[in-house]
Amino acid sequence: MKKVCIIGTGQTEVGEHWDKSILHLAHDAVMSALLDAHVEAVDALFVGNMLSGALSGQENLAAAVADFSGLRNIEAVKTEAACASGAAALRMGYTAVASGLHDRVLVLGVEKMTNTLGHDTTAALGMAADAVYETFQGVSFTALNALMMQRYVWQYDVPDTGLAGFSINAHRNGCHNPHAMFRHAITEEDYGRSRVISSPLCVLDSSPICDGAAAVVLCAAGSSSLSDGSRHVAPVTILGSAAATDTLAVHDRSDPLRLAAVELSTQQALAQAGASLDDVDFLELHDAFSILGAMSLEAVGYAEPGTGWRYAMDGYIDIEGDLPVSTQGGLKSRGHPVGATGVYQAVEAVKQLQGLAGPNQVPNAALGMIQNVGGSGASVFTHILGI
Amino acid sequence: MFVPSSWRTRHQRYSLIGEVCPACDKHIFPPRDVCPHCDQPAGPAHKFNGTGMVFSYTTLFQPPAGFESQAPYVVALVQLDEGPMLTAQLTDVEADEVEIGMKVEMVPRKLMEDGPQGQVHYCYKFRPLWAKAAQAGVSV
Repeated sequence: MKKVCIIGTGQTEVGEHWDKSILHLAHDAVMSALLDAHVEAVDALFVGNMLSGALSGQENLAAAVADFSGLRNIEAVKTEAACASGAAALRMGYTAVASGLHDRVLVLGVEKMTNTLGHDTTAALGMAADAVYETFQGVSFTALNALMMQRYVWQYDVPDTGLAGFSINAHRNGCHNPHAMFRHAITEEDYGRSRVISSPLCVLDSSPICDGAAAVVLCAAGSSSLSDGSRHVAPVTILGSAAATDTLAVHDRSDPLRLAAVELSTQQALAQAGASLDDVDFLELHDAFSILGAMSLEAVGYAEPGTGWRYAMDGYIDIEGDLPVSTQGGLKSRGHPVGATGVYQAVEAVKQLQGLAGPNQVPNAALGMIQNVGGSGASVFTHILGI
Repeated sequence: MFVPSSWRTRHQRYSLIGEVCPACDKHIFPPRDVCPHCDQPAGPAHKFNGTGMVFSYTTLFQPPAGFESQAPYVVALVQLDEGPMLTAQLTDVEADEVEIGMKVEMVPRKLMEDGPQGQVHYCYKFRPLWAKAAQAGVSV
């Protein structure tokens, strides 16, 4: 297999882009990534997206993006793995280059979620879950996470604001990310006063509904794309790429509080990278809801079952902590344009590794892990990036 | 839900019909082609007795499209006595009376309507086990 490098990144601000269609958002990220990579053309385009059909009435999305952005006639395909669609596209791009089939590809994650009214977007997000045996019962995607959270706080005796640390950390970091949707800090008191959406889960446990697009250009190590003399920063290498699945429905898991696919994909990605958890300098985890932050720390292997929430309360996940998490605001503060999120994580990890993360720079960051979760743990993609 | 899908799944939704695996004897709900426990072909139909326990629950204040008029309502993970867990609404109980470990029983109920002209969907919901005893005049 060929070594795969990331030679350019692009991202739009995450937010409610009333003035932009899904194609305009895509185009902005595509153009800035190509510009950053100093290239004008790519062999193929992989688009991570979950809801273009449901919320924009547009399928055949990859061809639409290629057409709209002037990448006419190239291979282009959309990958869908619910909220992990972005990382799924990254992995498709990675395999295309690693295999030698393509020399240079563009990976885009894009989502337009504000075309529709709230309850319609909520219903569309529910399509990530089992259509008949979860969604049809009136359960929203948020409610599935609330079911896990309720059991978690009961089983492990977590205090009322015990999970607040993940959101507080995310917002603190998001303050300094010019692309983040929320650039304000929150306190434990704010969290305690936050409106309940699906008990016990509140607004400040949840990532927002938003629009956004992010893109990266991948090429093979040794490719002529890498020899451009105008390049100022070293390319980042994808050292590990792994994917795993779990039961689609939460209720079908022997332990609904264990994210088995997070566990498996982490182990596989680390093995491929020849690295251990101790080598990881920062972790972009899938904090769509704060409960997923806690359960992810446990499944990745940093925390024992039932203790993940404590790590967010004692500074462990701060930028200066042992394991910086959500360093540019994560899903909670940067925002979670679902199919774009996995690519945002890649863009942010590249910035960290190149020392370009601004006030949120993790000192001496050399190895980062990014993790994108689709559904309530059914599809998980883990990538390890290094410089 | 699409009408043919609603029709295909009527036995499991109205009567909790699942399966018992012929290879490992585990109970399975909903019925599926492969046993999730031993990966062997899943087995003959089995009617669940309909009682179980609340494993977790949540009250929804921001419902998805189609359920707006019902909010707030309670959804639970219910562990059936025979083993499998399912996701279902709770009924005949106030949200603040629900707790983890609570014994519940299945009752068929109207779930939602596909608009004024569309199909009315029925499904299993679960209510506290004491509701049945109270109806029969038995003190609990």
